[in-house]
Amino acid sequence: MAAQKGFFTDTTLCIGCKACEVACKQWNQLPDDGFLFTAMSYDNTVQLGASTWRHVAFIERPVALSTQDAGAFSWLFSSDVCKHCARAGCLESCPTGSIIRTEYGSVYVQPDVCNGCGYCVVNCPFGVIDRREDDGRAWKCTLCYDRLREDMTPACAKHCPTASIQFGDLDELRRNAKERVEELHGKGLKEAYLYGADAESQPGTGGLNAFFLLLDKPEVYNLPPDPVVPTEKGKAAWRSMAMAVAGVAVAAVGSMLFGRGTQA
Amino acid sequence: MIVVEMARRAADSDHKSGNGYAGRGLFEWPVLRQLRDGDLFGLGGSAASQRTRELAPRTRSADRVVGSVCPYCAVGCGQLVYLKNERIIDIEGDPASPISNGNLCPKGAATFQLVTGSHRESRVLYRRPHGKEWERIPLEQAMDMVAERMKKARDEHWEVKNDKGEPLRRTMSMASLGGATLDNEENYLIKKLFTALGVVQVENQARI
Amino acid sequence: MIEGSNMAECHPVGFRWVMKAKERGATIIHVDPRFTRTSAVADIHVPIRAGSDIVFLGGIIRYIVENERYFREYVVNYTNAPAIIADEYSDAEDNDGLFSGWKQDEAKYDIRTWMYKGVDPEPAGGARESESGKKGKPTQRNPIQAEHTDPTLQHPNCVFQILKKHYSRYTPEMVEQACGIPQELFLKVAEALCRNSGRERTSAFCYAVGWTQHTVGVQYIRTAAIIQLLLGNMGRPGGGIMALRGHASIQGSTDIPTLYNLLPGYLPMPKAAHDKDLKTYIGLNKAPSGWWGEFDKYFISLMKAWFGAAATEQNDWCYDYLPTLTGDHSHMNSVTYMADGKVDGYFVLGENPAVGSSNTTLQRKGLRHLKWLVVRDFSLIETAEFWRDAPEIQRGEVKTEDIGTEVFFFPAAAHTEKDGSFTNTQRLLQWHHKAVDPPGEARSELDFFFKIGQRLKKLYQAEYDQPRNWPIRDLTWDYPTKGAIAEPDAEAVLHEINGYTVKDRKPVEGFTSLEADGSTACGCWIYSGAYRDGVNMTARRKPHWEQNYVASEWAWAWPHNRRLLYNRASADPEGKPWSERKRYVWWDEEKKKWDGLDNPDFIVERPPSYKPGKEARGKDTIAGDDPFVMQADGKGWIFVPAGLQDGPLPTHYEPEESLIANPLYGQQCNPLRMEWWRKDNGYHRAYDDPRFPYQITTYRLTEHHTAGGMSRWLTWLSELQPQMFCEVSPELAAERGLKNGGWATIRTIRAQIEARVLVTNRIRPLKVRGRVVHQIGLPYHWSSKGLVRGDAANDLIVFVADPNVSIQESKAFSADIVAGRQGERQKATSGAIVPEIDPMAWQRDLPVARHKPESAHGYKAEETKEGNV
Repeated sequence: MAAQKGFFTDTTLCIGCKACEVACKQWNQLPDDGFLFTAMSYDNTVQLGASTWRHVAFIERPVALSTQDAGAFSWLFSSDVCKHCARAGCLESCPTGSIIRTEYGSVYVQPDVCNGCGYCVVNCPFGVIDRREDDGRAWKCTLCYDRLREDMTPACAKHCPTASIQFGDLDELRRNAKERVEELHGKGLKEAYLYGADAESQPGTGGLNAFFLLLDKPEVYNLPPDPVVPTEKGKAAWRSMAMAVAGVAVAAVGSMLFGRGTQA
Repeated sequence: MIVVEMARRAADSDHKSGNGYAGRGLFEWPVLRQLRDGDLFGLGGSAASQRTRELAPRTRSADRVVGSVCPYCAVGCGQLVYLKNERIIDIEGDPASPISNGNLCPKGAATFQLVTGSHRESRVLYRRPHGKEWERIPLEQAMDMVAERMKKARDEHWEVKNDKGEPLRRTMSMASLGGATLDNEENYLIKKLFTALGVVQVENQARI
Repeated sequence: MIEGSNMAECHPVGFRWVMKAKERGATIIHVDPRFTRTSAVADIHVPIRAGSDIVFLGGIIRYIVENERYFREYVVNYTNAPAIIADEYSDAEDNDGLFSGWKQDEAKYDIRTWMYKGVDPEPAGGARESESGKKGKPTQRNPIQAEHTDPTLQHPNCVFQILKKHYSRYTPEMVEQACGIPQELFLKVAEALCRNSGRERTSAFCYAVGWTQHTVGVQYIRTAAIIQLLLGNMGRPGGGIMALRGHASIQGSTDIPTLYNLLPGYLPMPKAAHDKDLKTYIGLNKAPSGWWGEFDKYFISLMKAWFGAAATEQNDWCYDYLPTLTGDHSHMNSVTYMADGKVDGYFVLGENPAVGSSNTTLQRKGLRHLKWLVVRDFSLIETAEFWRDAPEIQRGEVKTEDIGTEVFFFPAAAHTEKDGSFTNTQRLLQWHHKAVDPPGEARSELDFFFKIGQRLKKLYQAEYDQPRNWPIRDLTWDYPTKGAIAEPDAEAVLHEINGYTVKDRKPVEGFTSLEADGSTACGCWIYSGAYRDGVNMTARRKPHWEQNYVASEWAWAWPHNRRLLYNRASADPEGKPWSERKRYVWWDEEKKKWDGLDNPDFIVERPPSYKPGKEARGKDTIAGDDPFVMQADGKGWIFVPAGLQDGPLPTHYEPEESLIANPLYGQQCNPLRMEWWRKDNGYHRAYDDPRFPYQITTYRLTEHHTAGGMSRWLTWLSELQPQMFCEVSPELAAERGLKNGGWATIRTIRAQIEARVLVTNRIRPLKVRGRVVHQIGLPYHWSSKGLVRGDAANDLIVFVADPNVSIQESKAFSADIVAGRQGERQKATSGAIVPEIDPMAWQRDLPVARHKPESAHGYKAEETKEGNV
């Protein structure tokens, strides 16, 4: 088993250049998302989707950063990506075995297996995975599974000019991330915190293999404050459903026997 | 239940990808792979298709890698151009560059599309005076036509002296704009040729 | 300190190092009219009224001087602060904004009163770059070196005291009044800069076209240079002024200039008026002191490179093969020439003036009046299709069939399809190797011009009896070719650029090997050494992890592979590093030479104690403690005694089209600005034009590249910024009823364009001279072609330029904005779109400076066939 890999996206280093979006599209040869002017700051790709696997959010807030002298205002950037959850809703809900957990701990959709059923789409608590309109299959960030096979850094992290996207061994990334938060607190940036760095802080997903350092509430970045993998919620439901299925089966068998008996 | 589900997945997978699980013997049967690999829920490697198992970056198949420089701004980030069968298959940042350490900005990262995209014209086009459409003409003919026009413009508008009797040795009938996106060697030939022709109105983006 | 640049957006990978510095504790200050992606990660953002930077920077100078925060030892030894200026000098402070020497009839300065006291005032060192068509007499000149100095800096006419007086009114209150920057914020920046400079620490400035594209652009940069000299930040690691340039080889195309006024290596083009023969030309340009004393070696080697055996001592090395200049023949003048039907043919090479130059309506008019146009690019850009896709065609004002221009479109090869070198913004020449052949008929410019040259030689063969054709006959043009399409070998061209000894064509080691006797040939002296020993130094790619941080073995920097210019200044006058922390280059007493982390930008064996004798000439005049070797006196020039047209000290002038009267002087604008008073290039009132109450600043975005030729055709970039938009503050939006995501119409007297609206707090109204100034932000990437479109911002721009370098003013001009799409787009070409008022009612010049003789500054209108169109 290879070391578990992931992303640590430190939004305090992001300059909103979108190199990650393009580097991802280039490596994965993804099509455009349409050419729509949104008037939402500098964000015109809006969200992660079947053909946008990195997406930079632009947040204009009427709140100053505690370390910046620029009036009552700040502009936050955050490069969003598939979280490769430790408990992944897409993976657990995939009925075809298309979605797998790789040896690097990432969650990978096998395009040759996916049949486009879409269960994964509704089971992702982050709204990451999406089906492409033309072929119906589900697509998302692969953590550059192909590149990892040759020890190449994922395209987004490799090209990120300011090291906002860091790729590496999860243990190390988590350690660095915690130190980074302490360092930023030391510099007076009290609002810095980690999002999804481990199972303790985010039990609903078991922690994220692609986690973030944020400066405001998750909702501000269009991230759920308390994401829970739907399959987790579904456990109890599945249990009762299994009972019901069993009951129905018993009844069916009984009725068959009964019926047969009556016919006989 | 799990066994049934796995069998269904395997069948599904075979059907879709034509991987031919059956042909690889009993040990490759997903249930056994699951048990062997400790992947009890079948959510990991045991569900990997052959394509997945053989997945590799396309750069692995490159015949050669060529050192280059980003063509956009003047930071001068290093690029590596990967080639296979004399076609560009990937352009990445060059980690060895002290300027860029392997990084590229979005424009630099789009270089692959810039140089391989379908937007590029590959034929010479000609618009005749008052014409409403482009016409195709061969490269050699077009260059002949341009050279002839340069000669004509130069000959018709050659300036020997100005009205104060000062030497001019030039023509103001031609001008050129561009160079900031070109190579030093190209700028050198452009300046050298135009100066020898007496063309002084040679300018580029540095003026803007 | 980033000012006049939006570095994070326009140079993201360069900004990598700014972020690294920030992580290591550096304070990042961003001064910009808008809050940009650079501001977002800066420690301090200073919103400034576009066009007021000299007040802000001048305020910092005043702060440094008044509070004695300058690096005294550096200032006294390495700058001309102690130099005493001629008694006749009088400052702009004494003349309401004009310096001494104003010549009313010529509307320019006689700069002799700006000279050092007691020095022959003929213009020299530094003049060669900017001087064009300037008259002068070749004389045996004395060095421009201060005859009288006062190291105590107390003499009332020493540079330091003049500086002090010149900026005495640039107070924090004035900064607040003129720039809209609160005093407290200004003082915080000034203090941060001072605190971070001196022996142990250095501060750096970064700028880009946010400074150059003004009618006072050169002086903006000069103001920063003064600050950096006062604080001792030049020639030292972590210091300096970084020009962030926008194109892959825009530095290279300045060094090996596709520019009208220069020959390779910053040698001036001959001027008709006074460079009558070689002797005169050399006499005027070979400086008696400093490094330019080597001028003749470089020029004669260039002529040997170009005209080979034909260039002999007897024929003055073919000097009279060179065309001469009679004035300013820069881009903007060429465009007006074209519009007036005076130009037959135009080559546009990887540039898109129909979108990217100022007053693009006028640019396209120029294209319509050509006989033929050659466009070389990747796709059919607007400049290639101006005859069928331009806004005036879409509006029906001009008909395609009426346009007589013959157009040739040649597909261009990409950088992956040709060998060659780019020179980046740090003067680093980097080679890119050819990876594949260009597609179809696409060719490199190297191939195109080589083969056009061959054709011309053939065409002229029968006419070589005429002297005017001799330059073509004798032009060395025999580059070896290679490959399937028989392209010229780019390395062979680099070999010629590097220079070689004529007898054996062996590459020279560097420019110190060049001679003035015809024994060496060299295409560009500052690039000499790039191909030393026949090795392509520009292709060196030793990984950064195998060398020190200077990385001298990655590619090659001019001159002599020096990475940091004037680095002698990183050591004190005795040659010891100013501090251990900032050690870079030093005098090694044992080895008797300069040594360091970088190649010393100094004469390697010259000890710090060396003092030139009275009779010394040329580079022998450079003392052991004169770090600025290209300057005639080896000093950093706080005060420029010769070489600038518009003043020896930067002085605040308002943009051509401002919202306010100059708060400092009666002289509103740069008295030497270049204007073109023509029907097809209207001007607004100097300020307070009731029709145009807002100010525009233009810029670019990370996601696109300049005029769009390399980005608007790519899906991956186009989707990120898919449409032309304008940025306005919520306050302006309320004032004009603009809705976020809606449409706005923006107009100047030159044009009217439409744009989508982005209402944002990143644009802040500023309080300037008691009124609220609203600024409108306009990116200029779009036009009528490509995947994503929109109106071109540059249609609006005022056609006016800086007098030193003829660069357009795109960063500050007045305009109006209204909500919605104002019907069919309407341009100035179809008649006045706003009520006409007398533009001269509010004067830009003092009475004494009002008279502008024909063609002194730009050109007057000429009657054209099309009349007003």
